[in-house]
Amino acid sequence: MKRVWALAVAVLGLLAACSAPVDAPAEDDTFVIGLSSEFDTLNPVLGHAPDGGSPLFDGLVSRAADLSLRPALAREVPEVNGTTVTFRLREGVTFHDGTPLTSEDVAFTYNAVLDPANNSTIRGDYAAIEKVEAPDPQTVVFHLKHPYAPILQRATLGIVPKRLLEGQRLDAAAFNTRPVGTGPYRFVSWTPGDKIVLEANESYWGGAPEIKRLVLAFVPDDNARATRMAAGELDATVLPPKAAARFENQGGVTVHRVPSADYRGVMFPMKRPVTGDAAIRKALNLAIDRSAMVNTILAGAGDPAFGPIAPGTTWHNPAVTGSATPDREAAVRILEEAGWTPGPDGIRVKDGTPARFTLMYPAGDSLRKELALAVASDAKRIGIDVRPAGLDWDAIEPRMAKDALIMGYGSPYDPDFVNYELFHSSYAGQGFFNPGHFDDPRVDELLEQGRATADEKERKRIYDEFQQRIHDQAPWAYLVYLKHVYVIRGEWTGIEPAVEAHEHATGGLFRNIHQWKRAA
Amino acid sequence: MSLAGALARLVAWRLAFVVPLLLVVTAAMFALAKASPFDPVRQYLGERALVTSPEIREQIRANWGLDRPLAEQYLTWLGNLLTGDLGESRSFHRPVAEVIGERLGWTMLVTGAAIVLMLAAGLVLGTIAAYRQGSWADRLITGVAYASEAAPVFWIGLIAIWIFSVTLGWLPAGGLTDAGSATVTVGEVARHMILPVAVLAFSQSSWLVLFVRESVIGALREDFVIGARARGLRERTVLAGHALRSALLPFLTLLGARIPELVTGAILVESVFSWPGVAGTAVRAALAVDFPLLAALTLLATVAVVLGNLVADAAYVIADPRTRVLGVS
Repeated sequence: MKRVWALAVAVLGLLAACSAPVDAPAEDDTFVIGLSSEFDTLNPVLGHAPDGGSPLFDGLVSRAADLSLRPALAREVPEVNGTTVTFRLREGVTFHDGTPLTSEDVAFTYNAVLDPANNSTIRGDYAAIEKVEAPDPQTVVFHLKHPYAPILQRATLGIVPKRLLEGQRLDAAAFNTRPVGTGPYRFVSWTPGDKIVLEANESYWGGAPEIKRLVLAFVPDDNARATRMAAGELDATVLPPKAAARFENQGGVTVHRVPSADYRGVMFPMKRPVTGDAAIRKALNLAIDRSAMVNTILAGAGDPAFGPIAPGTTWHNPAVTGSATPDREAAVRILEEAGWTPGPDGIRVKDGTPARFTLMYPAGDSLRKELALAVASDAKRIGIDVRPAGLDWDAIEPRMAKDALIMGYGSPYDPDFVNYELFHSSYAGQGFFNPGHFDDPRVDELLEQGRATADEKERKRIYDEFQQRIHDQAPWAYLVYLKHVYVIRGEWTGIEPAVEAHEHATGGLFRNIHQWKRAA
Repeated sequence: MSLAGALARLVAWRLAFVVPLLLVVTAAMFALAKASPFDPVRQYLGERALVTSPEIREQIRANWGLDRPLAEQYLTWLGNLLTGDLGESRSFHRPVAEVIGERLGWTMLVTGAAIVLMLAAGLVLGTIAAYRQGSWADRLITGVAYASEAAPVFWIGLIAIWIFSVTLGWLPAGGLTDAGSATVTVGEVARHMILPVAVLAFSQSSWLVLFVRESVIGALREDFVIGARARGLRERTVLAGHALRSALLPFLTLLGARIPELVTGAILVESVFSWPGVAGTAVRAALAVDFPLLAALTLLATVAVVLGNLVADAAYVIADPRTRVLGVS
């Protein structure tokens, strides 16, 4: 019996000894961000933060708050010259392990993304690149398959060191969980399912960050994140609008609502009798109560949407707009003029066809579900019978050419992104690209000109016309743009909200956390 | 038959049995995964699936060999397995062996601690309940045991979080270490372990408490216990040395048979407490249709169950001379 007690005492003593803090830095130096999901990978080649939101990596260029490009690993933002772009690298940049960055690393990174054997999830974004070459250590040349103006927007991809990845299976490389970059923070540890710890890169070319230790904690549950934020365990987090409400008017924390290019809308199948009729689509566009969607479904964290390009970006055409509140009289007028007259059950009929269609939404997505139900109830009031159907993506995909679908897309960076694939007739029916078989020769022409034109003013004119044509033909009913809601503890200078993309884990408001300074 | 001989025979029989069993289990898993309506390539791409062309999706499918006949995929996997290659996890972008390796320890820690706690608490409480049969202590212990047998593990876990983390603030609600700490220290892990271990042990120990109680009650009526008492032995010696000891034999087999339940319990406990173990990883692998990882985890679970039963039976052979003498194995 005595021996057992001695053992127990020894174990307790051991536990106590180990729990004493081991050279932990002062509390103030650590900043904990609560993220809603764990990173699949930290390797940019496999799809980690291609739009430049990683604290570990730098791209050739980065973005200012107004989304204009500025040099990062490149010395200056180059001109696009037909099918070649030449970057000159910044001198004296080193990776976190001390090895110098050269053009070989840049070429390796891009060519690895393009190599089909690597199964990179972002390969499609770089389809315009033929190959990337490194003629000398400070020069990188991109060769394009065709003139592609938005290529510079793809130069935000984080650069990885060739030395640590060459000749390895990227799917299994140790680098994926122990990454080495050139970014403002260096990798310390990753506890799977729990958190990632980073520390400041004191020799960062852009200046050492003030926040010395950055912890990215993964807390998938929204309520748990809000609770841990309130308890002071987290210094900043991303929350759904309703969960963030409790932090409003609370001392010591600030709620940021940042606009995004991330829209939700109804995609109409264009080759079907009901949704193929422009009168139905336009009437629906007028009848939808977008202000109610923003106020009730999004709890105020959103904006009404009228087109595929977000207001607040340089490319948005201000003429493409509408009323956030519904105009049912105008909607009914359009339907009557087109010959859709009320049937006995209140649903409009034309030539024996009732104004009825199915509106699919991914069953697990509660936001899209609420939007679908709202669209159905708005449609009912002008005599259109919309039947919402919650399905799994695998069930949705084969039905997209015949049933409408609540979809979401949107990139703030370039009007070519996504829109080319969504509206060019050559992509009709190609998986999730142009699922409604939209086909307009003028739009095809505009999209082709837009990506081949380097001149900014000319491009702006092209995409203005593109937005107008989409607005006129209404192949989609755009509903809302989402706002991302952040809660941040403490007073900081350097926080720069910019119109965000859909993905906003460490991009978004945290993309320049290395420049945040504690307000005096 | 000698003890060693009996053990060797038992182990040989089981090993002969385990190879076809593993073949059947893994083949069935391949067939099920093939029949699953979920597309692994879409799960792999996640939200990027919507902006990835069908051509690239097909390329990835071909790279993974998913376009091959099922039998060929299975045989390739089996061949790689025999050379020790478990393949790469698609959802973690890492070798399966590494993903499992770094998590298995945490699962073993929690389940191991839970088994120890469950055995200790189960034996003590069951014996007390039996000895004081009908008393308030007995009624309390059996009542709670019945209630916990009926309650789902995740529900007990959530209640425990609500009481000890949210309301009282004594213990962390989840994770391996505190959010702010960079290193894994024994003290922090021990503190974070308390709730998962207690919940797992609590939810799995009710059958043990009830079983021990029944056997000890039965043993207390036996002649040898009455004899021991008549000889004037101390009550503690009678209880622990005579009644409990003879009541424990069938318990060994029961323990082996209960190991699968511990595995499912661990899955739920790890999910509720964000504990970074293999069991929680199984859920993620299944949701992502991460085939190589799922296959390896299925294999692991099957082996765990077979080993559990083997150890229990071996312990039985050692503990009970009758199984040797009669050659039952």
